[in-house]
Amino acid sequence: MKQRVNTFLASATLAGLLAACGAAAPAAAPTTAPADAPTAAPADAPTTAPAAGGAGNTIKIVSSLPRTGSSKAQTDSVVNAIKQRIEEDNNQICGGQFNVVYEDMDDATAAAGKWDAAQEASNANKAAADADVMIYIGTFNSGAAKISIPILNQAGLVMISPANTYPGLTKPNTGEADEPDKYYPTGVRNYVRVVPADDLQGAAAANWANEIGAKKVFVLDDTELYGKGVADQFVMQAEKNGAEIVGRESIEGKAADYRALAAKIVAAAPDMVYYGGITQNNAGQLVKDIKGEGFTGNFMGPDGIYEEAFITAAGDAAEGVYVTFGGIPAEKLTGKAAEWYASYKAKYNGEPEVYAVYGYEAANVAMNALNQVCAKDRAKVLAAVTGTKDFSGILGTWSFDANGDTSLTDMSGAQVKGGKFEYVKPIK
Amino acid sequence: MTTQSVRAEAEPRKTPWRAIAGVGFAIFFVLFLAVPLWDILLAMIASPQLLARQLVIGLTNGVYIALIALGYTLVYGIVELINFAHGDLYMLGAFFSLTLIGLFALTPETPLEVRVPLMFLILILTMFFTAGLNVAIDRIAYRRLRGASSRLAALISAIGVSFIFQNIGLLWGYMRFIPQLNGVMGSNAVAPKSFPQLIPNQNLLEGIVPVRFTVKDLVVLVISVLLLIGLYLFVQRTKLGKAMRATAQDRNASALMGINVDGTIALAFLLGGAFAGASGMLVGLYNGTAVFDMGFTAGLRSFTAAVLGGIGNIPGAMLGGILIGLISALSDQYISSKWTNAVVFGILVIILVFRPTGLLGDGSVNKV
Repeated sequence: MKQRVNTFLASATLAGLLAACGAAAPAAAPTTAPADAPTAAPADAPTTAPAAGGAGNTIKIVSSLPRTGSSKAQTDSVVNAIKQRIEEDNNQICGGQFNVVYEDMDDATAAAGKWDAAQEASNANKAAADADVMIYIGTFNSGAAKISIPILNQAGLVMISPANTYPGLTKPNTGEADEPDKYYPTGVRNYVRVVPADDLQGAAAANWANEIGAKKVFVLDDTELYGKGVADQFVMQAEKNGAEIVGRESIEGKAADYRALAAKIVAAAPDMVYYGGITQNNAGQLVKDIKGEGFTGNFMGPDGIYEEAFITAAGDAAEGVYVTFGGIPAEKLTGKAAEWYASYKAKYNGEPEVYAVYGYEAANVAMNALNQVCAKDRAKVLAAVTGTKDFSGILGTWSFDANGDTSLTDMSGAQVKGGKFEYVKPIK
Repeated sequence: MTTQSVRAEAEPRKTPWRAIAGVGFAIFFVLFLAVPLWDILLAMIASPQLLARQLVIGLTNGVYIALIALGYTLVYGIVELINFAHGDLYMLGAFFSLTLIGLFALTPETPLEVRVPLMFLILILTMFFTAGLNVAIDRIAYRRLRGASSRLAALISAIGVSFIFQNIGLLWGYMRFIPQLNGVMGSNAVAPKSFPQLIPNQNLLEGIVPVRFTVKDLVVLVISVLLLIGLYLFVQRTKLGKAMRATAQDRNASALMGINVDGTIALAFLLGGAFAGASGMLVGLYNGTAVFDMGFTAGLRSFTAAVLGGIGNIPGAMLGGILIGLISALSDQYISSKWTNAVVFGILVIILVFRPTGLLGDGSVNKV
């Protein structure tokens, strides 16, 4: 522990020194500063900048998402949406008093092919040590959030997740006994999320499975915090609905094939297989092998497989797969979100993936809080973000509750048809 | 165990530590594993069809693990280098064959008389590609280091090559800008790629016995076994094979006997590479997936197979591969898939404790 504190201090000092060096250079003003910003005085900034603060009029928003591996398509559109929101305000807040710089960090490594714990810790430490960073948008995977929340908590930095759905990160009595308090060592909550959690999603999935007519279900998970969490919630609700759980297994996400497991599943004769997990833990191969073994029932998964990468990986076997999602897919959105959808498509010349709208909303909350505070003060920004009430975002008017969860609970179900996800209906 | 205890009684003066450890282990084994093993046995008897299916799955997985394991064992037998890049070479083999499948526009609808010859052509081209690549990395990255003071230098170089290959695999998906490859490379450059189902997944035993045995299983088994037999005969019966065995036994003496040592080493890389390519294509068609990090897992499994059978020993690699395939399938069925790796490596540890040179390995006499 002591070792870590020392390292932290050392890196903070180093960052301060580097920032001071940066301030000495006159060209600290970002090139994007528009000419019509009367209050901004970039020329004065270097001389008035505090020693540890870096360029005085720069506020950083960073994001930490898996940018390597097959999550890239999904996170590309999330990052695009964040950029889009910040650029709408010309990269400025408080009428040009501060310039907003956005930094896109990667918490995945090529070797892992998905998020990596060490990389996420390093991103969080880097953000914590940089005095300009006021907002940390991330993470994509709940397991990664488990690592960065405590680090950022000690730095008093607010974290807004566009995608984490594991309930135990915020809600007591949904996960392990010491959750969520163990993630917040200072006792102050510094984490909010703009998506509904999996205690809602798992239950909604089980209800939908019941409607489809699944009486015997084989439940799989990928052993990760998110996957196992949503599978557990599914099992709880499915049993309440009177379905029989004929098997429960965890898969190894790096295995070359699941043919032996598939034979076991077929022998148990379920009419549905539910998989709690992400595409990057080999969901495509899993579906292929289960169907290849002669399984003719239904396959359902959570939002972790609701991305193009899953269809690419599973090929023809993806056909007919059911997915649930804690929100509404972009093309079905109405009101302000529909306008956003149109402008996203015009700007980036492509369809956003399902989490893009949450990336936009996360940045929206961040910009709103920064505009209220107008100061480089992490504690005030934190209070402004967590205190967001009756916020008129693009998803509608919503608030964060005391746990940091959104008051929105829209859930939807989709199915793969003709090699594409097709929206089926809202579910509860 | 019993022979050791008997020997221990015959020589009463020495404290029979090994026998005591052995007996202790046996008691531990009986106490802790007998009950679960009995349960597993009952489950096996309860459904013989399922057991038979799992054995088929284990065997087919085993033969392709053996094909990859041969690449490790051939190279290790001759130059005592663990070629860490071998698993990634197999991955590139899968990508290369997938690319050719895309370029030849093969689909499950292509008529059989066109599809089968083209698939054999692709198999041979893929084997040439990976064989050439393996010889090239030997020439570029390993040969210069062979005289180096430490064998570790070549080992580290192999790890570096492994990373390079993995990144080539990562970039390979960007080839989807070629219109013909759009279908096979999918919508996302880095996502796992899907092979078209060129070998039908039809059950051959439908209506005969209640055990599933598909055309895919048959094709993979037949091609792999033919390749394995071919390699064994090549090494045992031909002059080049004899040169390989001689180089494995003593490199300097073979050089004195007029054997081209560098050429023989290149031959080992050539054969190992060709086998990696063949298994890359077979596994691609069988499992239906190519992904840039598939080489790591496959490499780990095959390397384990090679060690289990006795590294450097060709029949050992085959035996090790098949054993690992069978153990994994049975563990997936009767224990739990999340314990499979623990079971496989646990058995490896137990075997290496009693036979440190592997099942068929006996020092260096039978290398290659």
